[in-house]
Amino acid sequence: MLFGFGGLICSIGQIILNICKERGFDTATSGTIVSILLIGISAFLTGLNLFNKIGKFAGAGSLIPITGFANSIVSPAMEYKSEGYVMGVGGKMFTVAGPVLVFGISTSILVGIIYLIFNTQNVTLV
Amino acid sequence: MKKVGNQTIVFDNPPTILECASIVGPKEAKGPLAKYFDQTLDDEFWGEKTWEKAESKIIKETVSNVISKSGVPSNKIDCMFAGDLLNQCISSSFGLRELNIPFFGVFGACSTFVESMSLGAICTESFAENVLCATSSHFCSAEKQFRFPLELGNQRPPSSQWTVTGSGAAILTKSGTGPYITHITPGKIVDMGIKDGNNMGAAMAPAFADTLIAHFEDTRRNPSYYDAIISGDLGYIGKDIVIDILKSKGYNIKSNYDDCGVLIFDKNAQDTHSGGSGCACCGTVFSGYFFKQLKEKKIKKLLLIATGALMNSTTSQQGESIPGIAHAISIEV
Amino acid sequence: MDINWANVFDWTVLLKCFVTAGIICVIGQILIDKTKLTPAKILVIFVTTGAILGGFGVYQYLVDFAGAGATVPLTGFGYNLAKGAIEAVQEMGLVGAFVGGVKAAAGGIAAAVFFGYLAALISKPKMKKQ
Repeated sequence: MLFGFGGLICSIGQIILNICKERGFDTATSGTIVSILLIGISAFLTGLNLFNKIGKFAGAGSLIPITGFANSIVSPAMEYKSEGYVMGVGGKMFTVAGPVLVFGISTSILVGIIYLIFNTQNVTLV
Repeated sequence: MKKVGNQTIVFDNPPTILECASIVGPKEAKGPLAKYFDQTLDDEFWGEKTWEKAESKIIKETVSNVISKSGVPSNKIDCMFAGDLLNQCISSSFGLRELNIPFFGVFGACSTFVESMSLGAICTESFAENVLCATSSHFCSAEKQFRFPLELGNQRPPSSQWTVTGSGAAILTKSGTGPYITHITPGKIVDMGIKDGNNMGAAMAPAFADTLIAHFEDTRRNPSYYDAIISGDLGYIGKDIVIDILKSKGYNIKSNYDDCGVLIFDKNAQDTHSGGSGCACCGTVFSGYFFKQLKEKKIKKLLLIATGALMNSTTSQQGESIPGIAHAISIEV
Repeated sequence: MDINWANVFDWTVLLKCFVTAGIICVIGQILIDKTKLTPAKILVIFVTTGAILGGFGVYQYLVDFAGAGATVPLTGFGYNLAKGAIEAVQEMGLVGAFVGGVKAAAGGIAAAVFFGYLAALISKPKMKKQ
């Protein structure tokens, strides 16, 4: 079940990717378009109270693809609406997903620095 | 009243549970005990904008109901004990703020209902003629505070329990015709080092066993004395654990023991995993179902032991274990 | 619209994507079932792993093989961040380490924030209908 869902979501992503490539977009832009579309769809499914029904039986199949990331941002935002649009929705949006950004970005910075150290002959330092 | 044994109190003039009232949410309304509750709700908001406000409304209406059912005017109620799961027990304080009755807010997690009745009973043997005891819980507000946003697509583990949405309230009176609270055995905090917040039944079972054994040792009774021994919200998993713990200590409760969390939901139809939990689990099941059984003398001797898990969301993140507590009251008609 | 639909629905590509994605999700499910890790921690493990594997160039092989089956799961988000950091370092040195990751993920992060806020505005959280 989760295998199917994970596979399905990513296959939809692949189809979108293929369409973008056919239309002449480069790989990076195509990837960004896929992310934006899948995130948008997950956000609205969460907003319509549908995502958690999928998640109940899809488990990791909906959590691990970028759809899970989007759901983890929208769900606390919805929940804390009662505490206002600034501190509630705005402030609580990243209670579940925040660590993903913190660790992902921090790791990428470390990767960049380590790459720099091992490749100083290829790159200009500053 | 006087103390017997290590921690039990026996009343010379046992107070009467005069009246009870209960309101439950939509999921409980589809459960096996639905017809016993005074009122059932169609949705979790009941016209309010937030779950916290809804929970306050539920306890407010339940208390209002029990006061009118009892015939005791609110200015003749000497004090009230109430509590809930929300931070600083705001459901109770906001819900009951218009009552003009001296208020003692209490926190016993899911044992709050029995804790309130225990303290209320003590008051009737001192200054009070009538005491109000109430509690509430709400699935959505509890999930928001303790666990995850509702719309998060995560899976609940099989040991998890479903917080009951609802409220239970009781009025105790000094002179009445029963059912009587004859003994109370306040519980000690019992911490066996369990850390899994998704398995509350296991965390609270040791406390239940501790209080039950203390009660029987103090009163020199044994389990067969009671028609029913009822726990608040150990759930299916906690229920099995506690039967085993007690068997190993020489107490066999299998034949007359049950749990409110197990009774309130239909295991097969309602997918609530290990059963119901929350302050209102014991509160509504006692106020709705067991109180009626006592009034109709279908049950004549009841030992009600509500259990609570004394943690908050910070302690679990800090890697702390979950201390449990269980308060017992003995009720006879 | 001069789209070659045969290329879009190339079943060999889709199959590799489907299976790889499924396997990555199964690993996630094993973590959910067998450990006490919360969803947040599991997502962190996946994104960090993807970034590290991306940094070593290992994840690239998976991406070449499975396309979206490797980039859509959160490991792919991590890989994207790492790849962006490396490319920016090649262009502008040390500053690139800081710029690159966020730059590559910019679209996704902006979408998450924006659509997240919109969806929260138009919605009302309901009790789980379980």
